[in-house]
Amino acid sequence: MSNKEKHWQKTRGHMIMTLCLWAFFSMVIFLFGYEINSMSFLGYPLAYYMTAQGSLLAFVIIIFWFANKQEKIDEEFGFGEKED
Amino acid sequence: MFKGGFIQNLPKIYGLYTGGFIVFILMMAIAEQAGVTAKTIGILFVAFTVAIYALIGYLSRTVQVDAYYLAGRQVPTVFNGMATAADWMSGASFVALAGGVYFGGYSYMAFLVGWTGGYVLVSTLLAPYLRKFGCYTVPDFIGTRYGGNGVRFCAVLVLVLASFTYVTAQINATGTIAARALGIPFEAGVWVGLVSILLCSMLGGMRAVTWTQVAQYIVLIIAYLIPVFWISNKIGAGVFPHLMLGDEVARITELEGQFGLAKNSAADMKAAGVPGGLKSIAVAHAGVGAGGMAVWKYISLAICMMVGTASLPHILMRYFTTPSVKSARKSVAWSLFFIFLLYSSAPMLATLSKISLMDPNLSTGIIGKSIADVQSIEWVKQWSSQKQVFIADFNGDGILQLNEWFMRTGVVVLATPEVAGLPYVISGLVAAGGMAAAMSTADGLILAIANALSHDVYYNMIDPKADVRKRLIVARVLLVVIGAAGAYIASMRITSILGAVAWAFDFAMSGLFFPLVLGVWWKRATREGAIAGMLSGLTAGTAYLIYVYPKFLGNPAWLGIDHLRFGLIGAPVCLVVMVVVSLMTKAPDAATQRMVDEVRVPSGKSILGRAH
Repeated sequence: MSNKEKHWQKTRGHMIMTLCLWAFFSMVIFLFGYEINSMSFLGYPLAYYMTAQGSLLAFVIIIFWFANKQEKIDEEFGFGEKED
Repeated sequence: MFKGGFIQNLPKIYGLYTGGFIVFILMMAIAEQAGVTAKTIGILFVAFTVAIYALIGYLSRTVQVDAYYLAGRQVPTVFNGMATAADWMSGASFVALAGGVYFGGYSYMAFLVGWTGGYVLVSTLLAPYLRKFGCYTVPDFIGTRYGGNGVRFCAVLVLVLASFTYVTAQINATGTIAARALGIPFEAGVWVGLVSILLCSMLGGMRAVTWTQVAQYIVLIIAYLIPVFWISNKIGAGVFPHLMLGDEVARITELEGQFGLAKNSAADMKAAGVPGGLKSIAVAHAGVGAGGMAVWKYISLAICMMVGTASLPHILMRYFTTPSVKSARKSVAWSLFFIFLLYSSAPMLATLSKISLMDPNLSTGIIGKSIADVQSIEWVKQWSSQKQVFIADFNGDGILQLNEWFMRTGVVVLATPEVAGLPYVISGLVAAGGMAAAMSTADGLILAIANALSHDVYYNMIDPKADVRKRLIVARVLLVVIGAAGAYIASMRITSILGAVAWAFDFAMSGLFFPLVLGVWWKRATREGAIAGMLSGLTAGTAYLIYVYPKFLGNPAWLGIDHLRFGLIGAPVCLVVMVVVSLMTKAPDAATQRMVDEVRVPSGKSILGRAH
C-alpha cells in the first residue's frame, strides 16, 4: 500500500471516530431526553442543559481535537504544510 | 505604531476598533444621562456602526480577481472564525432565537444543536478539502470535480434557490431595524438597509465582506452579552449566568405549576383580538416531551439543520479564504467557538426574561398582578401601541394570568433590557447588534449568489475570454441586481409567504450535500450521477414541500416530516439516485481520479490556481 493510501486510510478512520462522537452528542443522548431530564447538572435538568449548552460545547471541543489530531496524521505521512 | 503589513496588524486594528466602540457606548451612556432623547441615541448607534462598516468596505476595495473572490487567501484562522460567525448568525438568530427558546422550550432547542453540530460535518467532511481544491465558489468545485457546464449549472441552481430563500428574510430584518431606529417607514428602511449592505461588499467583494464581518461580529457579540450578564447580576441570579441559572430554571418550573400552563384555543384568541404572530407561554421551560414521536421530532429537526449547515454555500466559501488547509480546519473550530458564545447565551436570556416577568418576588414581575396596574407600566404601554405585546383578560377576573399575556418572539431580545430596567443605551446597543447580524448575513448570501452567477455562469459558460476588468464589473453589477431583487421582494412584505429560514437548509441539503461529500470521499462518483442526484433530490424535496405545506396543498405530514424537515425526503433521494446512476455509468477518467487523490492530501499546490 502506498504512502498516500495509508494516509487516507488513517484520515478516514479519524473522520469516522469524530463522527461517532458527533452522533453521540447530537442524537444518541437526545434519544433519552425524557429519561435523563430527571438527572441534574450544575443545577440544570440534564437534557435541558445538554441542548442549551452541553452539546454545543462538546462540538467546539470535538472540532479542535479533530483538527489537532488530523494535523499530526498529515505530518506523520509527510503531507504537512509548510508555513508560508 | 503600525509596523509590517495589514495582516500582521489585524489584532491591533481590531483591538483599537473594539476599544473605540466601547468608548462610543460610554459616550452614549453619558449623553443619555445628560438628557439626549432615546430616539437620538438609537439613530446614533445605527448610523455610527453602519458608517464604520462602509468605511471598512471602501478601504478594502480591490481590482484583483483572487482578492475579490477569495480575500487573497490570507485571512488568519481566528479572524476567519469571527467573520464566519457573523456570516452565520443572522438577524433572525440575533432577534428571534431567544424568543424561540422562550416560547418553544426543549423541542425548539433542537435548532441550537442543529445549527452548531453541523460544523462538525463541515470540518471533517468538506472544509479542508474544498480549501485544497482552491475553488472560488461552491459550484466551481462541483463543475471541476465532475467536469462540464451541465453539472456546474445544476449546482448554481441549488445555490441560488437556497441562498435567495434566506436573503429576503435578512433584508427584511435590516429594513425592520433601520425603520425602527431611524423612524422611517418600513419600505424606505429596506432600501436604506440594502444600500448599507452594498456599501460593505461592492468595491471589495470577499475581501471587503471579510473585514466588515469581523467588525460586525464584535458589535453583535458585545450587544448580545452585555444585557445577559447585566440582567443576571441585577436580579441576583448569578455573576456568570451560563453556569448559575439552575435555580432560576427550577423556579420557573415551580411557577409554571403555580400559574398553570394553558393553551389558548384559536377561537378564544380571535374573539379577544390578539394580533397575529403574538404568543403566550404554553410549553414548559425545561420539560421534555415523552414518547417516540417527541424524540423523532427533535432529532429529525436537528439532522436537517446539521446537514443543511454543511451544504450552505455562503458558509463553505468562507473557508476558501484561509492561507492553508490546516488553517481552514482550525478556522471551523474557531467559527463554532464564536457562534457558541451567542447560542449558549440565548437560552440564558430566555430564562432571565421569563423569570423577570413571572416571578412575583421581583419588582419586574407582571403575571398574577392586576391588569390595570400592568397596563400602566411604561414599557407595556409603549410595546402595546406597536402591537408587540397584548393582554387578553379571558376569565374576566382583572388579574393577569400566564395564558393572558401575549408577546411577539422578537420582543424577548428587544424589550428585555427595558423590562429589567436597564438604561436606554443598552436598547440602542441591541438595535446596532441586530443590524450588524442581519447585514453580515445578507452580505455573505448576496455575495455567494453574485459570485456563482459571475464566475460560474458568466465567466465559465458565457464568456471564458473575458478579461479581469470585465469579470469584476459583471460581478458588481450582479451584486447590485440581486440585492435590489431581494429588497424589492422584502419591501412587498410577502416574506411570510416565502416561508421559513429553515427552508434554505432543506433546499441546500436536498441538492448539494451528497454531491459535495461524495465528490471528495467517493472516487467512483460520476458526472451523470451528480447531475441526476442534484436534480432528483431537489425535485423530490420541493415536491414534498408543496405536498405538505399548509399554504400550498397542506396534506398531513408523513412520519412527522413537516415543511421544516423536507430535506429528509430530498437528501436520501439524492444519495440513492446519485449512487445508482454513478454505478451505471463509466467510472471517472484517470485524470479526475488523480485530482481526487491530490485533494485528499493537504500539502502541495491547490488544484485550481490563485487566478482562474
